[in-house]
Amino acid sequence: MSTSLDAAREARTTGDFTALVHAIPYLEFLGVTVEHREGRRVGVMKFAEHLVGNPTLPALHGGTLAGLLESMAHLECLAQTEVKQLPKTITLTVDYLKSGKPKDTYAVARVLKSGRRVTTLHVLAFQDDERAPIAAATVHLKVG
Amino acid sequence: MASDPQLVEQLNVAFREFVPHNKALGLTVVDVDGLKLTLALPWNDRLIGDPESGVLHGGAITTLLDACCGASVYVRLQDPQPIATLDLRVDFLGRAPTRREVRATAECHHVTSSVAFVRGVAFIDDPAKPFAIATATFALSTQGRAVTLDQVLKGSELA
Repeated sequence: MSTSLDAAREARTTGDFTALVHAIPYLEFLGVTVEHREGRRVGVMKFAEHLVGNPTLPALHGGTLAGLLESMAHLECLAQTEVKQLPKTITLTVDYLKSGKPKDTYAVARVLKSGRRVTTLHVLAFQDDERAPIAAATVHLKVG
Repeated sequence: MASDPQLVEQLNVAFREFVPHNKALGLTVVDVDGLKLTLALPWNDRLIGDPESGVLHGGAITTLLDACCGASVYVRLQDPQPIATLDLRVDFLGRAPTRREVRATAECHHVTSSVAFVRGVAFIDDPAKPFAIATATFALSTQGRAVTLDQVLKGSELA
């Protein structure tokens, strides 16, 4: 039986994250997929009504942005590192910069340090303009 | 736990029925004890983050803690007003046991004229033995057409 680690290996070698995303129920619940743009991996959270946190503004629930940011940290880590087990989040710190509009949201993660036991990433979420991110996260992942 | 059933019911209208994502997760306010507010997240296979172990995704835990911390600000504020999360840090001390309801308790321990400071924990049975800890700050009286708890309770914003 194919495991999520097999799917992660496939994503790392072929660049196709479909099987990995499909293997993780929460990513399907959020509607997160991975696209390639200008040589980078971009997480895409397609807008859906169940992601709304404030229907009057309206605005995305902050938890969905945190989920997207953390997920993209994991996927970027798996794309760059061969691991024996899926990474585990040690700490996640999210700064909310603007309210998330009811539209598709993108996230790009950058590895700040890849260590033997811990990988540290910085992740930005944006909608219209990447230079004006709506949320940012620092994530420490246990990788070994 | 000491609790005001009417307040719990009112908060459930505001934080579950009114907020689509809280409703999608099945979040329920189960207790308000003084300034401490407790939310429950029922087990849901769709929230699994590690398919081999069946452990919940951190995003579901973070969302539970964000919602709980935010709700606790409303319990603290004398004058309900729109709020927005400024930042939220979650320390994952361990992994949540699988196939169990998860709870979170939060308390807004300090407010200034513009910011609320909150601490929260996520646990299974005992809040003194959390598997995740949250620290959050919220901006108060945020601009825009944000909804107040008052408006929600009066039903003016309910579809």
